[in-house]
Amino acid sequence: MTAQDIIKPENLVYSKPSLLNDNTMHYCPGCSHGVVHKLIAEVIEEMGIMDKTVGVSPVGCAVFAYNYIDIDWQEAAHGRAPAIATAIKRLLPENLVFTYQGDGDLAAIGTAETIHAVNRGDNLAMIFINNAIYGMTGGQMAPTTLEGMKTATCPYGRDPQLNGYHLPITNLVAQLEGARYVTRQSVHTAAAVRKAKAAIRKAFENALCPEKKGASFVEIVSTCNSGWKLSPEKANQWMVENMFKAYPIGDLKNI
Amino acid sequence: MAKIKGAVSVNVERCKGCELCVVACPTHVLAMSKQVNAKGYRYAMMANEDACIGCASCGIVCPDGCISVYKVKIEE
Ligand SMILES: Cc1ncc(C[n+]2csc(CCOP(=O)(O)OP(=O)(O)O)c2C)c(N)n1
Ligand code: SF4
Ligand code: SF4
Ligand code: SF4
Ligand SMILES: [Mg+2]
Repeated sequence: MTAQDIIKPENLVYSKPSLLNDNTMHYCPGCSHGVVHKLIAEVIEEMGIMDKTVGVSPVGCAVFAYNYIDIDWQEAAHGRAPAIATAIKRLLPENLVFTYQGDGDLAAIGTAETIHAVNRGDNLAMIFINNAIYGMTGGQMAPTTLEGMKTATCPYGRDPQLNGYHLPITNLVAQLEGARYVTRQSVHTAAAVRKAKAAIRKAFENALCPEKKGASFVEIVSTCNSGWKLSPEKANQWMVENMFKAYPIGDLKNI
Repeated sequence: MAKIKGAVSVNVERCKGCELCVVACPTHVLAMSKQVNAKGYRYAMMANEDACIGCASCGIVCPDGCISVYKVKIEE
């Protein structure tokens, strides 16, 4: 039996979700953002909630997320996605409202919005792409940058004496009464991608549940292979060896 | 005994040549093309068709959703 005999519609077991449209994503080859976009589209499609989902996109590499997943979107000013999402959720309480933000967006300029939106306990889902760098603007140091990690603005490595320490904002979020589900995942292997998908699904289901309030927060420990100046494969290896020590994978809160 | 056989098709023009699918394949089915697509990227292709078990690992890790996976059960 040749590949040609097998490649038939009735034998299909995996393909891109159709909600992720045919536009070419602008992300660098191998970027984690693409995998997470695909998972979000899969989950929304499987839950059948395309018509009642509103995404809030960030400033950062994911600024154009609205070009790729065919749902309603609102673009927020840098760091303000959780505030915008809170407003949308309060006006449209029946809808799934989620934010999608990088670490520069969520854990630097938007730290106040992140903390207060979670602490208010609205039923939001928040997807946090932590690649420990400002990818979009050319790879500058972020609050999440690891000690010793080289970036455009700390070319000799982040020096804690000068720049302080990496910010595990997800741990802070987990402390808050308003947080219901807080988890840290990754998308570097097929097994990890499956777990990350289950986490996104849980966050989306929580955010649609009228009985129980609270924010659901999913950090995806990610790579920015361009900013890190590594191949996609090497970037994944570097992430496992270094990022996972500072940002361990697993659930931080689940109530 | 029934045997599982898989095959993949790659959306060549969507592929960005990141090679993460090649790394993810447990049976070393995939390799990168010598030719490039219209964007100038070498693209993923099946180099060792017979080894594919249709596990979909390649498709699942692809950041650009380029890979469709097919699987059949062959009764022997
Ligand atoms: C108010 C404001 N300040 C600064 C910027 C510049 N800026 C654009 S994206 C970005 C950071 C992006 O990093 P991150 O959120 O980690 O996203 P990534 O690109 O890494 O996914 C910054 C500082 C801006 N656009 N607006
Ligand atoms: S700069 Fe980094 S985060 Fe942005 S698309 Fe490229 S790899 Fe992804
Ligand atoms: S389906 Fe599995 S075995 Fe086949 S090419 Fe993809 S990763 Fe390899
Ligand atoms: S993972 Fe996707 S984009 Fe990367 S080489 Fe394979 S098919 Fe191409
Ligand atoms: Mg970033």
